Amino acid sequence: MSTPVLELTGAGLAFGSRTVWSGLDLVVEAGEFVTVLGPNGSGKTSLLRVVLGQLPLSVGRIAVLGHPPRRGSRAVGYVPQQRHVETPVRARDLVRLGIDGDRWGPGRHARRAQVDELLAAVGASEYADVPVGMLSGGEQQRVRIAQALASGPAILLCDEPLLSLDLRRQHEVTELIDATRRATGAAVLFVTHEVNPVLPYTDRVLYLGPAGHAAGAPDDVLTSERLTALYGAPIDVVRVQGRVLVVGDDGHIHHSREDE
Amino acid sequence: MTDDWWARLVDFSDYGQLLPLVTNSLVAGSLLALVGGLVGVFVVQRDLAFAVHGVSELSFAGASAALLFSLDVSLGAVAGSLVAALLIGLLGARARERNSIVGVLMPFGLGLGVLALALYPGRAANKFGLLTGQIVAVDDARLTAMVAIAAVVVGGLLVVWRPLTFASVDPDVAAARGVPTRALSLVFMLLLGLAVAMAVQIVGALLVLSLLITPAAAAVRVTASPVWVPVLAVLFAQVSAVGGILLALGASVPISPYVTTISFAIYLACRFVGGRRARRGWVRRPARQAAAGGTIAG
Repeated sequence: MSTPVLELTGAGLAFGSRTVWSGLDLVVEAGEFVTVLGPNGSGKTSLLRVVLGQLPLSVGRIAVLGHPPRRGSRAVGYVPQQRHVETPVRARDLVRLGIDGDRWGPGRHARRAQVDELLAAVGASEYADVPVGMLSGGEQQRVRIAQALASGPAILLCDEPLLSLDLRRQHEVTELIDATRRATGAAVLFVTHEVNPVLPYTDRVLYLGPAGHAAGAPDDVLTSERLTALYGAPIDVVRVQGRVLVVGDDGHIHHSREDE
Repeated sequence: MTDDWWARLVDFSDYGQLLPLVTNSLVAGSLLALVGGLVGVFVVQRDLAFAVHGVSELSFAGASAALLFSLDVSLGAVAGSLVAALLIGLLGARARERNSIVGVLMPFGLGLGVLALALYPGRAANKFGLLTGQIVAVDDARLTAMVAIAAVVVGGLLVVWRPLTFASVDPDVAAARGVPTRALSLVFMLLLGLAVAMAVQIVGALLVLSLLITPAAAAVRVTASPVWVPVLAVLFAQVSAVGGILLALGASVPISPYVTTISFAIYLACRFVGGRRARRGWVRRPARQAAAGGTIAG
């Protein structure tokens, strides 16, 4: 078998005396779609930062393609949450930065063909020359995915890429990420609050809870029993019309949108 | 009365004799425009307009102190700006912190400068020159210093151009891609400090923004191309600086109003043109997509 794209062995992360997660074992193979769920502060984004090489593990081992993570590795693509881009750079410029924005110098080589190809792959060709700030949230995320693909990554880290998108765009963006991993063979580590848009594509769920974590097939992890154990408090997982609702004892509904 | 007033503003008699006297100023103005246009691109991207103003007040303080103690004024200006740029760069990584630090430093710098000027026994014109600009004060030694500073700033910017652009427009992804965003931020503050020190000696501390921000702010109104923004910014700065000096030549008022007025007029024109472009959706897009377009920046 080939080297896993990502391998965490007995991994733990602590800030001072606060343990965020520990004893984490996870092997992600090429082309796998792993959805990372959990309440705020459960260390989802920190996990991504560990993979990016921005944060060291407190204990355990991590390997990306068999090597310790390295800052700026071209094997790792990063799709951030949608945020307003103030500066008037065009969609194609953002993608171009994904190709060689980390190199010194003003940049001599024209990369136009490569940028066009990347934009075409995510269906963003028609707004290639529009400033990013003038694009809708869904369009911006398409451009972000093209940017993340620019370095030919073996794994895509998606950090809440659906946040502040409406339901239709959420589905479009998730669909695109799924199509991308099928086309490129890149693994996906998808951090999200919204479980339903990603559920159809998810191979495995990693649920980071306050009282532990669980990894496995969505149907095995997203059960009242498992989540009650992970939260250390009564949790109900309800399935309605093919959608998963996670309801805590405070009546608060997680992982769903009430304002469709 | 009006004629007299106008004659003080625009007077082209004896122009032929005056021109050779300001060759140095024209070269200095042109260098400053090159530096200001390029630095301005990143000032606008990084939202540093207020920081530029703060750095320029400390540069003014440094220059005034140098004047008082009979030291080299250029050196004083550079020292003042570098200290300010370093402090702002180190203490104000986030925009909100940065603004309060600038707000704290600026009046302090201005106060120090006023104190030094009040104690300075020399000619009043020298004093006000540092605040509002001076046209004929560029001697060969100062010009050499300016050439050196310009070379450092332009050379430095070229080296960090791509990663600095990445870190400025897209900090999160840049950091994920291993771009040393914090170090670049400090490097840029230092280059900015040098540029401000140059500008203070030509257009004066109060009006530095007219060459370090207005041209680039005008350029981003009409284009988003990474090539055209710096080209237009430098062009606008050249027209403002060199044009301003040429206009001010025959007049008996300082150079700054000419520079600031030209650069402001360019900005207004660009806003007008850019506003029309933005309303039309910037580039032609199929109707379906235009309807789905999001918020319009500016």
